[in-house]
Amino acid sequence: MISYILRRTFAAVILLLVVSAVTFAIFFLLPRLAGQTADQLATQYLGKSPSKADILAVKHNLGLDQPLYVQYWHFIKGIVAGATYDLGPTTVHCNAPCFGYSFKTHQAVWPELTSRIPITGSLAAGAAVLWLLSGVAVGVVSALKPRSFFDRAFMGVALAGVSLPMFFTGQLAILLFRVQWPIFGRDYVPFTENPSQWANTLFPAWCSLALLYSAIYARLTRSGMLETMNEDFIRTARAKGLRERKVVVRHGLRAALTPIITVFGMDLGLLLGGAVITEYVFSLHGVGEYAVQGITDNDLPKILGVTLLAAFFVVIANLLVDLLYAAADPRVRLS
Amino acid sequence: MTELSKTGAAVSEPAATEKDSKAFLDVRDLKVHFPTDDGVVKSVDGLSFKLEKGKTLSVVGESGSGKSVTSLAVMGLHRLGARGKNVRMSGEIWLDGKELVSAGPDEVRKLRGREMAMIFQDPLSAMHPYYTVGNQIVEAYRTHHQVSRKAARARAIEMLDRVGIPEPAKRADSYPHEFSGGMRQRAMIAMALVNNPELLIADEPTTALDVTVQAQILDLIRDLQKEFGSAVILITHDLGVVAEIADDVLVMYGGRCVERGPVEEIFERPQHPYTWGLLGSMPRIDRETSERLIPVKGQPPSLINVPSGCAFHPRCPYADLPKGNVTRTVRPELQQVDGGHWSACHLSPEDRTRIWTEEIAPKL
Repeated sequence: MISYILRRTFAAVILLLVVSAVTFAIFFLLPRLAGQTADQLATQYLGKSPSKADILAVKHNLGLDQPLYVQYWHFIKGIVAGATYDLGPTTVHCNAPCFGYSFKTHQAVWPELTSRIPITGSLAAGAAVLWLLSGVAVGVVSALKPRSFFDRAFMGVALAGVSLPMFFTGQLAILLFRVQWPIFGRDYVPFTENPSQWANTLFPAWCSLALLYSAIYARLTRSGMLETMNEDFIRTARAKGLRERKVVVRHGLRAALTPIITVFGMDLGLLLGGAVITEYVFSLHGVGEYAVQGITDNDLPKILGVTLLAAFFVVIANLLVDLLYAAADPRVRLS
Repeated sequence: MTELSKTGAAVSEPAATEKDSKAFLDVRDLKVHFPTDDGVVKSVDGLSFKLEKGKTLSVVGESGSGKSVTSLAVMGLHRLGARGKNVRMSGEIWLDGKELVSAGPDEVRKLRGREMAMIFQDPLSAMHPYYTVGNQIVEAYRTHHQVSRKAARARAIEMLDRVGIPEPAKRADSYPHEFSGGMRQRAMIAMALVNNPELLIADEPTTALDVTVQAQILDLIRDLQKEFGSAVILITHDLGVVAEIADDVLVMYGGRCVERGPVEEIFERPQHPYTWGLLGSMPRIDRETSERLIPVKGQPPSLINVPSGCAFHPRCPYADLPKGNVTRTVRPELQQVDGGHWSACHLSPEDRTRIWTEEIAPKL
């Protein structure tokens, strides 16, 4: 088990390096493929109508005239040791871990990300709890009485939940929870400051995000349960004289949940990299919003930072899912 | 105490006398039908048999003849789960004086695993992959006994030891996939017997196993039956197994019993062409290898449109022998051959004896 964990962790680190290299290559090659010269890139870091000397200085100091792998090396070095950007008239220091510096907003990327991660994390975690509980519960009940009124009704709602876009359900939630019954707060409050206020403000966002996902999870659980409840070991459990509730939960759900763990981990990992639309609809200043800023401003360091963060969460989620799976399914450990 | 009151009641009440005359397991006119979009599948259609404690009844027949459906019906397993509502069951199943077809689901559940237990064909898929073997046995025990986890575990280890699993205390913590096929079936047997059931149903317990292990498992079932004195229903299509371990044989065809009787009778004086077919298709070590097996020609009958008359007539080489068209129009009822030997066939007893002794037996 320990060697399995070590092996997987090592593989995750390698994977992250590869992802960072590929991301870096894409973001630094693309402008050149689009025909932008190093001079033009350097101009982006300066104010209006810069002098020829300034451009050259910036280009040289930022290493824009160097080959890609050297630039990548500087980037990686920055993550470990921090970086100093010499812009001729001014120098900017970016502390380790330096994931780049936005010259448009004059802020390092990393502190900006760390201040936003808790917001996106709060959004994702709360919604995840809601959608997992409701989705699995609905899925189980539907599977136990397939084609019943309850099953059809909930699967209909689930279909609607999957189909409705967030900018619709989100607005609806705002209308319901903030306008009709204005008992829910508007501005994000950190959990550490006031947990009840934190939950209160986030609740509408949780609900709309959870509706989308719980629909998927209900369908997933339903089909998984329909399949497991036909397994031979369910017949054995019944033959032992177990109460049907125990058969369903201890034997059926236990087996049906394992594949759901996988999907859940991946979904959560993806969400932590930014729930773009939800954050926008609910005016949450999370990672997704930051990514949108970066894209609209054509601010490469921001985009690169968010992409790497998202990749990090997905890789970590993947690792955790595999470890959880090994813990949940004893047959996995052998391989 | 119970003995006394039972005997007392038997003397005073005629109704009770009838009840007491029932065998330990007494199945009467059992029907198990499954309505589907294509029609009603009559998996079991009027089956009756009796079984006493300490005896082994072998149910034989092709796939789809209703063997497994019968055993699941006795266990009350058809009516559970999402499909449970689609089953139509009628008839009577008396187990130790209790009627199970009309009994409430929870009543039957309490008997399941305690008074009647079942061993399934494929122990790998029949055991839960995520729980250790020990835990699964503990669960079976604690469902019917209010004991501590520790005591139940001791009991589970004792049972694993009893079915011949080496180092039972250590193996109790293994998962089913870590066992070999034979060991898994032993564990399955340990799980079925942990509550000392009086009725054990084994549904093709050796089919999924290595030939070398089959004999061991059969011996184990036989030994345990002697030790616990339970009644055993052994479902199989392996007549070699039947000859080995059964006291009585029930031959099923198309959801009905076509012949039943003591095992020696069935092997020495079989009275139904289908039974002859089964015997003819059994490989035997003492037969010349140049001789071919005699298969039963044709396909098993559809259980939705069971052939009219005798369900076996489309495949029966002797269907034209009885006068008139009876084999195609009249369903043969079970008739006593002698003693406990019954057969449902339109052939006259003389014809049957002649065909068996002159045509069939010499070729076997």
